[in-house]
Amino acid sequence: MAGSTFSIELFLNFQIKIMAYSEKVIDHYQNPKNVGTLDKSSKNVGTGLVGAPECGDVMRLQIEVDDATGVITDAKFKTFGCGSAIASSSLATEWLKGKSVDEALKVDNMDFVEELNLPPVKIHCSVLAEDAIKAAINDYRVKNGLEAIKFEESVVH
Amino acid sequence: MLKLPIYLDNNATTPMDPRVLEAMIPYFVQDFGNAASRNHPFGWKAEEAVDYAREQVAKLIGADPKEIIFTSGATEADNLGIKGVFEMYASKGNHIITATTEHKAVLDTCKHIEKLGGEVTYLPVNAEGLIDLKELEAAMKPTTILVAIMYANNEIGTLQPIKEISAIARKHGALVFTDATQAVGKIPVDVNKDGIDLMAFTGHKMYGPKGIGALYVRRKNPRVKVTAQMDGGGHERGMRSGTLNVPGIVGFGKACEICMQDMEADNKRIVKLRDKLENALLLLEEAYVNGSREHRLPHVTNISFKHVEGEGLLMGFNKNIALSSGSACTSASLEPSYVLKALGLGDDLAHSSLRFGLSRFTTEEEIDYTVKAISETVIKLREMSPLWEMYKEGIDLNTIEWAAH
Repeated sequence: MAGSTFSIELFLNFQIKIMAYSEKVIDHYQNPKNVGTLDKSSKNVGTGLVGAPECGDVMRLQIEVDDATGVITDAKFKTFGCGSAIASSSLATEWLKGKSVDEALKVDNMDFVEELNLPPVKIHCSVLAEDAIKAAINDYRVKNGLEAIKFEESVVH
Repeated sequence: MLKLPIYLDNNATTPMDPRVLEAMIPYFVQDFGNAASRNHPFGWKAEEAVDYAREQVAKLIGADPKEIIFTSGATEADNLGIKGVFEMYASKGNHIITATTEHKAVLDTCKHIEKLGGEVTYLPVNAEGLIDLKELEAAMKPTTILVAIMYANNEIGTLQPIKEISAIARKHGALVFTDATQAVGKIPVDVNKDGIDLMAFTGHKMYGPKGIGALYVRRKNPRVKVTAQMDGGGHERGMRSGTLNVPGIVGFGKACEICMQDMEADNKRIVKLRDKLENALLLLEEAYVNGSREHRLPHVTNISFKHVEGEGLLMGFNKNIALSSGSACTSASLEPSYVLKALGLGDDLAHSSLRFGLSRFTTEEEIDYTVKAISETVIKLREMSPLWEMYKEGIDLNTIEWAAH
């Protein structure tokens, strides 16, 4: 009997981990940081639009870069998607502000997974957030006469 | 007083009616007998209870008690009905006609039959979720042994024209099976008026217990037989072996009796609440009802809120309101509901849907709370939806080249 009780507990823990959103996800969902729109025609603004309505996830991430210092001075997002997708993009804007473009390139999808405690089924949200950062940076680079950086295809899609 | 959380996912399962529980209780400890024990009072008592419940169940659907085969639920009844006919009537033919919006218990059973060498036609549905009777007629072949079309859909509540379907099937000498899981107990279903030969239904969708359901199998005009899918003691006229779940059966019977008695009064109230909910939510911009509004269960509505993703939407209130969404962001495939897609809905609208299922216990206060909570969340999420912004700017979303994801 003791053995079966133990396995039921394990099962319940597993269920909770799978189904429940972490507190950090809930907090970002309820109080999203930096929702909004930057002027996409501005030379200092880079816009990344990733995902597709058919997949149930679309993220738009925008960065405003100081020309002289290369530092991201502002970041805004709008996201169509589940709570984890909203939380990942909200978190991305927080992380990007104050970082240089080069530092921003180092943000990895696993950083989102760890910070937000995303379950395996939500890893694609973190991948999307990483892609959105890269897309925004490339948009900024191209606008300013730089070459777009070629990224390796993300493994988890 | 409003009690939270509110339950509006009654197509998944219903709460059990306390009157059902009361009827079941004596059959767990006190009258625990095996209904197949023919030679002592414990068995007699159990058998008597089962016989009585069988009458209650049969009465609700206008059947004879001998035509009720108890199963573990509707999934088993779907399997037994379809596979059982396929095996029993193998000498007559191997063709089955069904529809694309059927429950997985029917679709996957049909796929299994295809692997066994059967032929299955999957009829499409129109934007309302209805099959085309002309297409059904055209699909009939000399080898067609079964037409398996659901009575009411679990996601959108659309009611198929079962009477017309059975007339066509009969004309061509095929049997009619219907998965009536969502309909029985909710609306009047009569196997004779509707011309049904086999029908699956279950206790827990009509305020009864889980783990008990039934397959109706016609005994007269024509006499229908199914090959058993489980070997054993030959219970249920040899069609379904296994010791009978006596308390479950008693509860199922009681649930049927209550539904029969309360259905009309319940529905008058429920349909008003459903319409109130639906009309209030349709006041939001770009909100659409999925499926037929005319041929529909009285307690169901399925609404898409364009440019808001369903799972994200649920998160706004799912601590307080239990609902389900046609979006399946948690599944590995990211595919939204196949039922909504079969209606011709784009993936974006399918991802934006919520399914509401009311019950006899739903109150007006709960509906008012739900309308407010959902409206607020939709508005909030649209403010952070890039799709909504593009829509408001007049950008056609179909012209955008979305990155593969």
